[in-house]
Order: sequence, then C-alpha cells, then structure tokens
Amino acid sequence: MFPGSEHSWRNQLRGFWLRGLPRMVPAIILVMLPWMASPARAVAQDVDSIPKADGPVHRDPQNGKRLYDRCGCYQCHGGQGQGSILTGPRIGPNPTGFSGFVRYIRQPGGEMPPYTSKIVSDAELTDIYAFLQSLPPPQSAKKIPLLISEPRAEKK
Amino acid sequence: MARSKQTSFDRRDFLKTAVAGGAASLVAGNASAAALPPGPPRGLAPVMCRAAEVEDPSDAEVLTTERPGSDFMVDVIKSLGIAYVAANPGSSFRGLHESVINYAGNHSPELITCCHEESSVGIAHGYAKIEGKPMAVFAHSTVGLQHAAMAIFNAYCDRVPVYIVLGNTIDATMRRPGVEWDHSVQDAAAMVRDYIKWDDLPISLPHFAESAVRAYKIAMTPPTMPVLLVADGELQERPVPADAELRIPKLTLAAPPQGDSAAVAEAARLLVAAESPVIVADRAARTPAGLAYLVELAELLQAPVVDQAGRMNFPTRHPLNHSGHGRIIISIADVILGLELTDFWGTVHSYRDQLTRSSQSLLDRSTKLISITANDLYIKGNYQDFQRYPEVDLAIAADAEATLPSLIDAVKRALTADRKQMLEQRGKLLARSHQDLSEETRTEATYAWDASPISTARLSAELWGQIKDKDWSLVSPVAPGMSNWPLRLWAFDKHYQFIGGPGGYGVGYGAPAAVGAALANQRHGRFSVNIQCDGDLMYAPGVLWTAAHHRIPLLNIMHNNRAYHQEVMHLQRMGNRHNRGVDRAHLGTTIDHPNIDFAKLAQGMGLRAEGPISDPKELGPAIGRAISAVERGEPALVDVVTQPR
Repeated sequence: MFPGSEHSWRNQLRGFWLRGLPRMVPAIILVMLPWMASPARAVAQDVDSIPKADGPVHRDPQNGKRLYDRCGCYQCHGGQGQGSILTGPRIGPNPTGFSGFVRYIRQPGGEMPPYTSKIVSDAELTDIYAFLQSLPPPQSAKKIPLLISEPRAEKK
Repeated sequence: MARSKQTSFDRRDFLKTAVAGGAASLVAGNASAAALPPGPPRGLAPVMCRAAEVEDPSDAEVLTTERPGSDFMVDVIKSLGIAYVAANPGSSFRGLHESVINYAGNHSPELITCCHEESSVGIAHGYAKIEGKPMAVFAHSTVGLQHAAMAIFNAYCDRVPVYIVLGNTIDATMRRPGVEWDHSVQDAAAMVRDYIKWDDLPISLPHFAESAVRAYKIAMTPPTMPVLLVADGELQERPVPADAELRIPKLTLAAPPQGDSAAVAEAARLLVAAESPVIVADRAARTPAGLAYLVELAELLQAPVVDQAGRMNFPTRHPLNHSGHGRIIISIADVILGLELTDFWGTVHSYRDQLTRSSQSLLDRSTKLISITANDLYIKGNYQDFQRYPEVDLAIAADAEATLPSLIDAVKRALTADRKQMLEQRGKLLARSHQDLSEETRTEATYAWDASPISTARLSAELWGQIKDKDWSLVSPVAPGMSNWPLRLWAFDKHYQFIGGPGGYGVGYGAPAAVGAALANQRHGRFSVNIQCDGDLMYAPGVLWTAAHHRIPLLNIMHNNRAYHQEVMHLQRMGNRHNRGVDRAHLGTTIDHPNIDFAKLAQGMGLRAEGPISDPKELGPAIGRAISAVERGEPALVDVVTQPR
C-alpha cells in the first residue's frame, strides 16, 4: 500500500483547504493505482486465471525468493521488497491481498510492466507472494541510532 | 570593482613585458598588423637535410620569441578571474598550455591535468555549480572537442557556464603535414553549436580579447551556459607585433533579467489569494541568495515548497518543505508557482509508459499556473531538452532568483492582517504534515536495513552519521540511483551542500563533476562527498587519478549495483511487453562476470580505497577510515555493493 496514503495531515489539510478533498481524489487514485485491483480493469488475457480467494497463501517462500529475483521484481522493488520512491512501492512484508496482488501483476494500472502467465505462472506467483509474506518486519526506527530523529536544523 | 582592478593590473603587466618581448619580432608592422600576426619568412620552411644541420644558420632567421600571442591570450583569461583550466594535453593549444605553465606560473589559471576531455568539461561543470562562475577548459581541435561533446551537452541542459577554449589551425598552409590536418577543422564550433550559447573564431589578438570578454559575459548571463572560443594555432604561436595596440576590454556582467512589474504583481495577487498554493523550484537558486529568497517567499505565503533539486533551493528540514509528497501536494493546489522548471508539463501530469503511452493531468482545470524562467528567453530547436509545451496562465520570462525580491515585495503589499492570520494556520498544518512525513521517511528507511547488498537508505544513513557535524557538501546527484535518500534523511540548509543533477542525463557526468565541485570546495575548507554510481565511473575513471594528482580531498562512496540499472529496468519492460520475459534482461546491461574491483581501480590511480563491502555492519567503520584519509587532504574511495535503487 502506498505509504502515507491515509495519513492524518491530509485530513487536516482537507478541512483547511476548502477545495482540497475533491482535488485529492484524482491524486489518490493515481497514486493508488498500482494497488487498486478494480475488477473492471482486469479484462486482459489472464483474467480467468486470477485466483478468486484472498486468503493467506502458504507455498514455498524459498522458491519464491528465487522467482522474485529471476522475474526481476527486485529491480524496482528492491531485494527485500522495500521499494523505492522512484521505481516501485514497498511490497513486503505484509503484501496487499493476494487477488489484488495477482491482478495488478497481470494488468497493471500504473507504470509496472505486465507479467502474463507465459512469463510467470499463478503457481509461481503464489511462491513469490509467500516470499513477501515471509519477510521479517523491520525494527522500529526509534531503535536504530542512525535513524533517531535529530532536532530540526535552524532555518537559514 | 575588484575585477576591474585586476584587469588593469594585468593589462599593464602585459604591455610592459610586450615591449621587451617585441624586440624579438621579425616584422614591425603597422597597427593593422595585429590583425594578422607575422609568420616566418616563407623561404625559411624547415628542411631536414645534412647541410641544414652542419652549416651555420642564417643570421636572418629568428627562431625564438619571448612574446607569443598565447601570452596575451592568457592575460585575457587571467583578467576574467578564471582560477583553473582543465585540459587533456593537445598540440593545437600547445602555445596556450606553455603560456599558462611558464608565463602565468601555473597560477590563476592553474592547469588541472585530465585524462579525457569529457572529464575536463565535467570538472568545469561541477566547479561552476559550487563556485558560481566558470573555469576554463582547453580542448584539442577535432578529436578533443568530439570527446568533450557529451559533457558540454550536459552543462548546456543544466544551464551551467563552462568556458571552452579550443585549439585549431585555420590557415591550411601553416599546418604540419599529417596529423595536424586530421586535427584541424574549418568550423570547429559547428560540432557543438546546437548546445552552446555562443562561439567565435577570432582572427587577431584584439579580436580574441574582445570575444573572450564577450564570451564570459554571455556565459554568465542567465540562462547561463557553455561558450566556446577557438584559439587559432598560428595566433597562439606567432610573436606579438612590436607595435600591437593590445588591450583587454572591460568586463561588466549583465544584471540578470527581472520579471515585468505588472506580471509580478499579478503573480503576487494570485498567490496571496490562493487557498492551496504550491511553489515548485528546480534550477531556481543560482546562488545562496536564491535559497534565502525562496525561504522568505514560502514563509510569507506559508506555502509548501516542492524542490525538484536541480539546485539546492530549499532546506530539506524546513517545515514548508514538502518535496517528499510533491505529486499529491501539486495535485491539490489551486495556484502553482514554477521557478526555473525544466519540465513544467511533466510536473503537472502523470505519464504511463505502457504499449500505448498515455498521460493525464494531475490538476483541476481551474488551477492557475505561474512560470518564472529564463528559459523563455533562450531556446534552440534541434535538441529537445525544452520538454513538452506547458500551458501556463502567467509566463514571466525572467531569471527566477533575480525576480524573487520584487515578488516578495509585491506579496508583502498584497497581504492583509486577516490574510496573514489565516496563512499562519495553514503553516501550522503544513509543519505538522512535514513532521509526519519525516517520521514516515525514517520508518521507510528501516525496511531492508540489514540487507546485503546494502540498501541505499542504509548507505545514506551511515554516511550522514559521520559527516553531519562537518562543513560538508554533497557533490553528486541523488536520483535516480539513490532513490533520493540523502535529500530525505539529511539536513541540507546551505546552498553549497547540493549541486543538483547532470542536466542532460549523459552518463559519465557524476565522477568528474564531483571532482570539479570538490576542487571548488577545497578553497573553502569544505568536506566533499560523492556517492558514485559504478556505471558512471567506468566512462572515464581516469578522473580519479586527476583527483589524486592534484590532491583534491573527496570522499567517494560507490553505489555499486553492478549494472546500468536504469537500462536493466527498460529491458525488463520490453521483455514483458513483448511477452518474452526478463530472463535475459541482464545481457548488455549488467556490469558483472567479472565484478569490477573499484577499490583496486582507485588504488591504481593513487587513492586510498577499500572494498567491496556488502555487509552493512562493515560499512560505518570503512567510511570512518576513508574520512580520515580525506581529512589528510587526499581523495579516498569505499566500494559499497548496493541494492539496485
């Protein structure tokens, strides 16, 4: 999920910037497109193969890691799914729901290159998903000395 | 004023020595003789035969001069306050080269020895971004300028002044047979004329002086850009005529163009009345004053700033800095002020690179767009760096930094007490959202914190931890390779702390620009840091030797993802689009098998270097050791194997 998409500041700004909310809608849609698994959008050749269930998937995370690398997922999303602000969002741990995950890979609404079942099968996707699920949660930034918030530098 | 004094001093110095040197001249011409300096008597062409070697030479043949034209050329260059000249040696400017090192004593300008002309121009590019003025580049006729071309294009796209002096021999009858013909060209500047601002081919020393001063003035007038002056070989090497009336014209830089007062007032009216104004800055702050003006304007309006980082425009930890969610902020704006934007259209549109390319506006139709840019004053047709046509509502053709003071005054006049109170409330909300964004960013940095290869967030944090208490300057781009992490995590608040990007995205800019910026920082005692991409360094790695040779302190931290990674992603896109997969996307795009040992490469060039480091726990200590070397006054390198982005 796009980090910060439901962040409180925007709600506060919405109250203050009178026209804020209607203007935000297209922006939020644009930003969320990668993870909006709208059925209406999923009309391509692989639509029939998309799993309908959205429950937990437990397959082979080790094979999933191998496939994650082989399919080039790491190229935009990083070796541990951490994402990049410029190439692709964070996708692990705790990936989005499985059906949305598969739908987006087959029929991406944003910039991501599409992966048909010829390139990566549904079974392989379940392993990749299992790998993303298996990633350990990060430690808190408050416990990493290098990331502990410093006092803001004085304005110049 | 200081420059004027310097000019007159140098002029006197030159004329005094010209009298002495002129005695060696063969021809005492009239005033117009300076237009075409005398050559050797035509009958005395060199003949390599036994008689010529054993017989007494003719008394009539003068073989030396102590006042070559190149000495005067160097006086002119000196008068412009040019401190350095970067060059890979070339015979077409051998006269100038000798005059710099002997006549000028290799001081102001000092020669910086380069291993490639692309490095020479890249060094000058980085230097100008720190120092705010050009250094010179000597380039060698055909082949040298061809090597330099990509770097010149980068500087042109980046609106950075570079002062190029090109050796060439115009008179065909004076060329040495063989190589000099290969290295001579009829219209040298034609090679790069599409992406320089001005050029000339002076045919006399007075002409050289006038054009040299004019070139400097043109290069420094916004939009600043590279200029090129051809220094004819004969003009360099022939003696200055004894009675030549040489003088160096006065240099007066043009005041940068300010925006039309009525248009500026209208911009202020729109901004003050806006409910959700946004300021977007790209190459706005040419100098530290530009940064201060932008802070003042943003605080007056309590408007968020999206810094596109073409320059160091706005402090990263200022509560009004909202660059981290720029797209969303822009999409909810009702007025957008664009300051020296490279791509206003791209700023307000999303673009989708699928089989059918498509775009979509981010804006409501009623959003008002105001542009202030000097790019409206100068545009060329062939190279397409001007981007797509932006449909703005108010276009002010002017230098943004020069226009900001009058815009600030106009905003102050338009603000009422009630309005100020309302803006203060807006500012408080923006400050809170900035704080939220900062915490969100720190949380994002924790993902893949212990990953190997090392995450770009971890690399940035480790580096910041060790430089934050120094007077530091980041002399490299941070996008796309570093995912902007330094700008997201570090506290940038001084103009010299960041130098923006390459301009034309010509790979190979990073390493030489870092060396040039570090050269400029050295005089100020600053600690220069370069996050260096592997593919970029491999274009012309000899620039590391230049840094070692001239003892330029510079901390190089490799962002070594072992690929031209942008191209890996493009190949992935094509493979999937053509339904063939990505299995072979590494072919022609990755830099492995064998992995390049950048520590050994750097050591071979004379740097203190270590690596490759792929364990994040080893990174901090390695950076610390490299910092110690840099603080001793030398360049150092740490090879860090990193995540792709």
